[in-house]
Amino acid sequence: MNILINIALLAFIVVVLVAWIMLPWQGMAVLALLLAAWMLFTRRGRQAASVTRVGISTLGQRLGSSAVIVIGIAGVVGVLVALLAMGEGYAETLRKSGSADTAIVMRGSSASEVMSVLDHDSVVLIPQAPGIARDAKGQPVASPELVVAANLPLKGGSADDEGSVQLRGVGEQAWAVRPNVKIIQGRNFQPGMRELIVGKGAARQFAGLEPGRGIRLGNQQWNVVGIFASGDAMDSEVWADASVVADTYRRGSSRGSVVVKLTDPKAYDAFKAELDGNPQLKVDVSTTLDYFNKQSEGMTKVIRIIGITVGIIMAIGAMFGALNTMFAAVAARAREIATLRAIGFRGLPVVVAVMLETMLLALVGGLVGGLLAWLIFNGYSASTLAAGTVGKLSFELRVTPALLWTGLKWALAIGFIGGLYPAVRAARLPVTTALREL
Amino acid sequence: MKYLHLIWAALFRRKARTILTLVSIAAAFLLFGMLDAVRTSFDQAGQSANGAQRLQTGSRLSFIQTLPQSLEAQIAQVPGVKMVTYANWFGGAYQDPHNAVFSFAVEPNYIDLYPEIEVSAAERKAFDDTRTGVLVGEKLAQRFHWKVGDKIPLQSTIFPNRQGDKNWTFDIAGIMHSKDKQAGGFYDQLLLLHWKYFDETTPFNRGQVGWYVTRVADVNQADRVAKAIDALSANSDHETRTQTEQAATANWMKQLADIGLIVGSIMGAVFFTLLLLSGNTMMQAVRERTSELAVLKTIGFSNHAVLGIVLAESVLLLLIGGVVGLGLATAIIPAVAAGSGGMLNLGGVGGNSWVLGLLLMVAIGLLVGALPALRAMRLNIVDALAGR
Repeated sequence: MNILINIALLAFIVVVLVAWIMLPWQGMAVLALLLAAWMLFTRRGRQAASVTRVGISTLGQRLGSSAVIVIGIAGVVGVLVALLAMGEGYAETLRKSGSADTAIVMRGSSASEVMSVLDHDSVVLIPQAPGIARDAKGQPVASPELVVAANLPLKGGSADDEGSVQLRGVGEQAWAVRPNVKIIQGRNFQPGMRELIVGKGAARQFAGLEPGRGIRLGNQQWNVVGIFASGDAMDSEVWADASVVADTYRRGSSRGSVVVKLTDPKAYDAFKAELDGNPQLKVDVSTTLDYFNKQSEGMTKVIRIIGITVGIIMAIGAMFGALNTMFAAVAARAREIATLRAIGFRGLPVVVAVMLETMLLALVGGLVGGLLAWLIFNGYSASTLAAGTVGKLSFELRVTPALLWTGLKWALAIGFIGGLYPAVRAARLPVTTALREL
Repeated sequence: MKYLHLIWAALFRRKARTILTLVSIAAAFLLFGMLDAVRTSFDQAGQSANGAQRLQTGSRLSFIQTLPQSLEAQIAQVPGVKMVTYANWFGGAYQDPHNAVFSFAVEPNYIDLYPEIEVSAAERKAFDDTRTGVLVGEKLAQRFHWKVGDKIPLQSTIFPNRQGDKNWTFDIAGIMHSKDKQAGGFYDQLLLLHWKYFDETTPFNRGQVGWYVTRVADVNQADRVAKAIDALSANSDHETRTQTEQAATANWMKQLADIGLIVGSIMGAVFFTLLLLSGNTMMQAVRERTSELAVLKTIGFSNHAVLGIVLAESVLLLLIGGVVGLGLATAIIPAVAAGSGGMLNLGGVGGNSWVLGLLLMVAIGLLVGALPALRAMRLNIVDALAGR
């Protein structure tokens, strides 16, 4: 009998968890309203409400053991939200770098810009395709760019501690293609000069990237003249004049990619068809949105899997902590609960009361954890070698409302499981045994 | 030791509570085991005795920049250099450009510099004799179900061949096995092709080399040799930067992620929670046994013995849970690494992790036991028996 009930409970938990995972917040609000209505307007509901009140009013006496639930769940939610925020921030940084109305053209089958080589003829040919926006002078807004890597000393490291930064050789059209890029300090580089402007993320990570300072690239001396900000992946880059970069890296007149601004997102298909159909070109075309989404895919997935794995293991620990606490709480109140049932309270209000108490503690834990994660990690800057780039990509962790909601859902799920078994035990304890017990 | 029976009985006085607590502790140490394995595999990358003997020479400008092949003869002349080879990044991918395969185009003697890679003599000869031959790592072959003699298509995400086509075809000549399974996971994922074939087939390379690998005769001379190699190309348009393999790998890992910080913060949160949780269990355990402890004292157990018994109980609790959790991690990690199809290279829970884990268990056990144990020690027999 006992085993059957336990199996039934387990099945119930699985069903509830699956439903829970799918539940949007509107569903949650409806559930909460239904529960409140039940507690206000039915006899059983009012019984449940009064038992719950008693349980909650005695929480103060069980501060230590209640804290186990709150802090345990806060830990789970905090770590989970922080790890997911890392994935979110990373994906967001790359997502923002692309848009549906700009397209990137690379040599066929190149996984990223840095691996692509377009010869001079292709670079001249590509801007002639239809669908490209024109600037005031009637020129197509197409920016041939050359992406390479440069080794630079890292900030805060020893002199030998070098990191890789992505160096983008650009022409004046680069600014038209990416209107979000703004110089925030110093000035732009002069064409033909060995001058660099650095993204603010790169400036933060590498030593000596300040306007007025000089750095060495290979055996050449370059001057940093400005800092720019874009709010996306370009922040981690260093820009210079394309022809000077090509000269330093012995690339002649070839470029890596051509980024074009389309007249509107709908022009993309015609643009792509034209380039694909041109026998003189062997290129791959994609919108920058697709391109950057693809780059972030793998890493985002990895971070997500790590976050959820760590979260699940921690959740198991916290769940058993909650079970422990609630079993103890129920045991301590066994007589009280038995008395209630002796004077006519039914099992359901008792179950609901214990569950509500646990879930309330879980909710507090979830809020604390989410709040801590938000306070500590929102905007925290991290960096990694991103797939498809050849430099350190710096990004900021983003604790979004959606992530906080996920954290709360986890917290309530842990509270649900942690409360269910003790609640059922409390309701099923034979009244006579419990009353006799001391 | 003679009290073990007593401690054991006390620990399982309330089976349900102890088991629930044990599961929580096991979960915490399972996580510790797994995260520590990740941290260790990051830390230990490249930290082998063979790795210390090898120097990597790349372009000073950046790792994507190539060097002239003529440098090989000059490097071979540097005193202290035993052997030198070179390689190029091929950027291979199988079936889909995002299905990347670690693939290097190498000089035939490349394998000689890596004694930790094992290839049978017959397969080695087959590789040397076949222009389009490749050697593939054991796990890589498993991942794509390749076997010796297969003809495989491979895309290069960087280099088209002479027809401007991205698809290359290779013959699998042999399988590489790494000798040290703990550290050598990387070689099991590697694919090596002939540099000569590569250079002749792609119009984009023209005798360039990605990096040189040098084996030094004496590890203590490595720094001097590295400086001498860099001096060869100083002030030219292809300045080099030479590092030991260890230093180079450590540098990459550091750029990839600050694993130490991430693992440290997670474990901090986990152990803080654990402290509270098992501390609460021990508090409850002592509180409800007040009268029993008083009886112990009445029949002659000294205050210190009672203190010791309670402390031992909490340490035992942590040890049982912790060992179960770490054991679980030890068992699971190889399965996880295998299940990821070689994407994750985890070395398993090593001896160091076990030692650190056991130390943590004892430390946490003592810490959470301290308060209840002191309480038990200071127990006044008369008050306790009277239930006050």
